[in-house]
Amino acid sequence: MRLVEIDDLHVSFSQHEGLVQAVRGVSFSLDSGESLGIVGESGSGKSVTCAALLRLLREPPARITAKSMQLGGTDMLTASSRQISAVRGRVAAMVFQDPMTSLDPVFSIGHQLAETIIVHRKVSKAEALAQAAAALHRVEIKNADDVLRYYPHQLSGGMLQRVMIAMALSCEPDVLIADEPTTALDVTIQAQILQLIKDIQAETGMGLIMITHDLGVIAETVDRVVVMYGGKVMETGPVQQIFSAPLHPYTRALLNSIPGQVAGKRRLTEIPGSSPNPVRPPGGCPFHPRCPMAIAACHQVTPPLETKVPGREAACIRVESELVPA
Amino acid sequence: MSDTPALELKQLTKRFGDFIAVNRVDLAVPRNQVVALVGESGSGKTTTGLLALRLLAHDGGQILLDGEDISTLSQKQMKAYRRRLQVVFQDSYSSLDPMMTLGEIVAEPLGIHGVATAAERRDTARGWLEKVGLDGSYANRYPHELSGGQRQRVSVARALILGASVLVADEPTSALDVSVKAQIVNLLQGLQADMGLSMLFISHDLSVVRSLADEVVVMLRGRVVERAPTDRIFSNARHPYTQSLLDAVPVIDPAARRRRTFLSAEEITARTPRITASDLVAEPLLDTADPQLVALAGSHFVEAIVAERATP
Repeated sequence: MRLVEIDDLHVSFSQHEGLVQAVRGVSFSLDSGESLGIVGESGSGKSVTCAALLRLLREPPARITAKSMQLGGTDMLTASSRQISAVRGRVAAMVFQDPMTSLDPVFSIGHQLAETIIVHRKVSKAEALAQAAAALHRVEIKNADDVLRYYPHQLSGGMLQRVMIAMALSCEPDVLIADEPTTALDVTIQAQILQLIKDIQAETGMGLIMITHDLGVIAETVDRVVVMYGGKVMETGPVQQIFSAPLHPYTRALLNSIPGQVAGKRRLTEIPGSSPNPVRPPGGCPFHPRCPMAIAACHQVTPPLETKVPGREAACIRVESELVPA
Repeated sequence: MSDTPALELKQLTKRFGDFIAVNRVDLAVPRNQVVALVGESGSGKTTTGLLALRLLAHDGGQILLDGEDISTLSQKQMKAYRRRLQVVFQDSYSSLDPMMTLGEIVAEPLGIHGVATAAERRDTARGWLEKVGLDGSYANRYPHELSGGQRQRVSVARALILGASVLVADEPTSALDVSVKAQIVNLLQGLQADMGLSMLFISHDLSVVRSLADEVVVMLRGRVVERAPTDRIFSNARHPYTQSLLDAVPVIDPAARRRRTFLSAEEITARTPRITASDLVAEPLLDTADPQLVALAGSHFVEAIVAERATP
């Protein structure tokens, strides 16, 4: 079943510097049970894309346009605020990077979890607390009854992120959207949280969208990848092929720049320059100013995202001639 | 005296109330080498860096700069040593004054130390902006006009303009995007080689450490639990905590996915290596059953319990 269908999404923000073009024509879809990674650097538009999907952005200053933006069968472009509320939590739930700011410091964990459950399930307080305890058990919190009484400041970052995942899962969403869920965590805790998310996904069959800047997180968790840069999709494809034979020069450059892949002190392969200015994005391909393969046409032509190999798309006019074996 | 370390910490200790943030830490940064100090949040690595810089008062132990004890100097006396011992912080946004031009920021240390005339200082600052890969015209711009990577270049120029020989870099690449992280690692590596810098590189990012460091020091709850040449840490870590850190690093190969098993803090403590005296290259310092940092072959130190003592 198709859970997410985004076609030609544009998101811009009016700021005093000018119009910030955060997302410039993004399309992708997600089926139930599928896991999709959206990887990109800061300013690539990956988080804004998913915030727009759930209509979490304040409009204005945000302006959202698309040919189509469906979530669980609801047209999110025309949905009323009541319909949007019905979709959030039930169809798609989100986990953010910083659990400390996602939770209210003056209410106990149990109160906040129960509140979510009561809003969506219309059950009694006692029943909601029982379900909250079960939700904490599910994210492998052993002393769930204690944790229900705790306040956010009494828990570590890793425990708080487990609570956020429990909260997101409490309404059994069809798709979990995790926006940099482990970026603020230590590496050992990151590994535990990623394993937890994978286990729950396998167990429930829910869809997963993992938003991250970290190719390592992508390599560890998802089946399919969308690579974003400068508000656009550069490449999509199955995770194995993205890593073993990247099509787009940006994906290749990113993979080559990852430190520590081989033993020994060495110079890293760097990507020169810096990310594009979202107010005045470069014409043509957004990566052309930093691309080692750019030719004159790359400055003028915005390459369409098109199928280059069955099941794989890339937005690059240089891909056919240079990269794909006949 | 060429084997005198550029920076040496001996039994360095810091308490916050009853909490021992840094507990008898020993480490040495040899001249012209990069020593990485790694550990997770709360391990005491950043505190250790601040103590080494004398930006935070220590409660015990010594800090030696080129063999000279600087741990008892007053802040006024420290000023002269700050020309040699400098720092780059993680957050270049909060460590650069938004009201100053980049030229003023980079030249400021020269003014504080009364080096050269104002015009010469301006020229030197421009030269340093170019040395860190920025155009000299950036001297007239302000920090907010720069990207994170460019701001970190400015921080590096400011740290090195007085000709520092020892640099403490505290997570200098952690706030940066993937595509610029490599630029800053390469910049530090290039300057380190060109200037003969010695560097204490504090980081939680083992991938960067592997590409940059000569030696790795692993901290856990205020203690150094392992210390070895970088290749040995990555190929032959002995302490369970080091092993669990390495095991948790995401593998950049979807085909190599695997389930991991995780050790609790108690399990890590329970697995503290037992080492027989015959494995040691030097006698342990303490005559106790408590874990202590012991020397193995290959400049490898690990916190271990010495299972049996050699006959005296």
